[in-house]
Amino acid sequence: MTLRVKGRAWVLGDGVSTDHIISGKFKYQKARLEDMLPYLLYDVISDFYKRVRPGDVIVAGKGFGYGSSREHAARLLKMAGVGAVVAVSVHRIFYRNAVNVGLPVVVSTKIPPITREGDTILVDLVEGIVVNESKNIREEIQSLHPLIVDIIKAGGIEEYILKHGGPPWQFRSSFSK
Amino acid sequence: MSSRELTLTEALLSRKLGRAPAPGDHVVVDVDLVYMHDGTFPLALEVLRRLDMEKVFDPRRIILFIDHAAPAPNLAAAIAHRIMREFSRKHGVKLYDVGAGISHQVVIDEGLIEPGNVIAGADSHTVTLGALTTLATGFGSTDAALAMATGKTWLRVPEQVKVSIEGEPSWWVMGKDIALALLGELGSDGAVYSSLEFQGSAIPYISMDSRITISNMSVEAGAKYGLFPLDGLAKAWYKSRGISTEPLEPGSKATYSDEIVMEASRLEPMIAAPPSPDNVTSVAEYEGVEVDQVFIGSCTNGRLEDFHAAARVLKRHSVKQGVRCIAVPASRRIYMRLLREGIIEALAGAGCVVAHSTCGPCIGAHLGLLAEGEVAISTNNRNMPGRMGHRSARIYLANPATAAAAAVKGRIVDPRELLPLGSRLMDPVEVQMA
Repeated sequence: MTLRVKGRAWVLGDGVSTDHIISGKFKYQKARLEDMLPYLLYDVISDFYKRVRPGDVIVAGKGFGYGSSREHAARLLKMAGVGAVVAVSVHRIFYRNAVNVGLPVVVSTKIPPITREGDTILVDLVEGIVVNESKNIREEIQSLHPLIVDIIKAGGIEEYILKHGGPPWQFRSSFSK
Repeated sequence: MSSRELTLTEALLSRKLGRAPAPGDHVVVDVDLVYMHDGTFPLALEVLRRLDMEKVFDPRRIILFIDHAAPAPNLAAAIAHRIMREFSRKHGVKLYDVGAGISHQVVIDEGLIEPGNVIAGADSHTVTLGALTTLATGFGSTDAALAMATGKTWLRVPEQVKVSIEGEPSWWVMGKDIALALLGELGSDGAVYSSLEFQGSAIPYISMDSRITISNMSVEAGAKYGLFPLDGLAKAWYKSRGISTEPLEPGSKATYSDEIVMEASRLEPMIAAPPSPDNVTSVAEYEGVEVDQVFIGSCTNGRLEDFHAAARVLKRHSVKQGVRCIAVPASRRIYMRLLREGIIEALAGAGCVVAHSTCGPCIGAHLGLLAEGEVAISTNNRNMPGRMGHRSARIYLANPATAAAAAVKGRIVDPRELLPLGSRLMDPVEVQMA
């Protein structure tokens, strides 16, 4: 379902941390996730939550998702409608959180440097490509582990569990390719 | 087991799995300890309730901590805390309530780990526990929730990087300076998904408190683990807590994906300037920058050694008028020990606000937010815009002696100006009980 995403690019630089995505100080003021939405990327892009359209793609530089383990970062991006994140490198806790909420995150070295705000970006996990259609440049992405593809395909690990009756490790003890 | 010589990471993982894994493998492991705090637990519980999976695989292996915004500074936090207390009672899970301390430090103080444990903490600084040779790393709420309910999680076996720290550190060097210098070298994504293995001739000089700081900050470069060896000091630490250990060493011919060498003997007092912890240089570069607030504490630098270092400055000098200096021991045990040692009195007497244990100031949750345009020097781990208050506030990261010296002068200075000459800032390399 979420394996193929096409949308407008929102271009961010290097080192976008989970503090940038949703600052801890807002997190401790609001109990419900929905109430935190206005503070998504608050100090980075004004009114992002109002301006983002479903399927839009965040295109970022090195070290996306650095910092706190707060899963709110991945959840709020998805809740706002972000369809995928394309970045030069991605921090591991954010990456796992994104997989768990069914938000595709792909590593790409070629696309972020040439992408401008508003370019049309295609992320296709089935074909294993990320394409900047506005610039007509494509890059093959490292194939994702089947475990991760399965979780994203289900729409997140909660959906996976509801569909299969348990987490992936209930059925398999190793995930060699 | 295998003819191939194993790194420390591989040796620990192979004990756990019964076979030697290779980097990039995805494996399922049993978790030895799962912990969460008031910032991450409420979401975890929501997930389990939606899945009708509200259970714990083993109540003895789950711990909850109310440490992030504690005591509750607002209603949202109060609600989170109540949810945690209810869960703790219902499932017989240990809860460390307000004031007990920051999760990672309490786990250390209480000796709740063994070498090689797989630890899933719902906090990015869970890597802190790598100082005691454990496979400890941070998870989000959902991963931690599922580990709590099922006792298992999946792991990608990380690449391993050998970090050789060489030479005898000078008397003014603390773990923080080594951590910052390393971070400056690696950059904020230089170790993404890697396991850092600290080795080299400097290790025997590095105290446990400083090791904990270095492991703690390895996540700022993206590391999955920041592992110190199970050497004499680590074994003695475990023995002092009544925990037996088996010999565990990496093979001398083990292969690493990368190696970094750092000369600890050449280090100056280090500082990370805004806007990120990897923007590192020597303190000298920023001498003269005026500060409004000083924070000494956090899971990075809230231990005995840290306050001993700060007190070396603040026993003889007072906090400058117009500067706020906030000191927060990382746990109640540390607080009590500092009370007995007279350090709390010295800090308060010098004009510091000495508060109970909380993560508060480090994450801008409470106890000293920064206003627009203000400048802070802090011993914590992160200095991104907005981290401790207004987005235009600037945060410099340094060791506790440097922070204390700035509190006295009202500006960033080389701490050696105010320190009694020649005595090591790192506590002696022996086991201390808080």
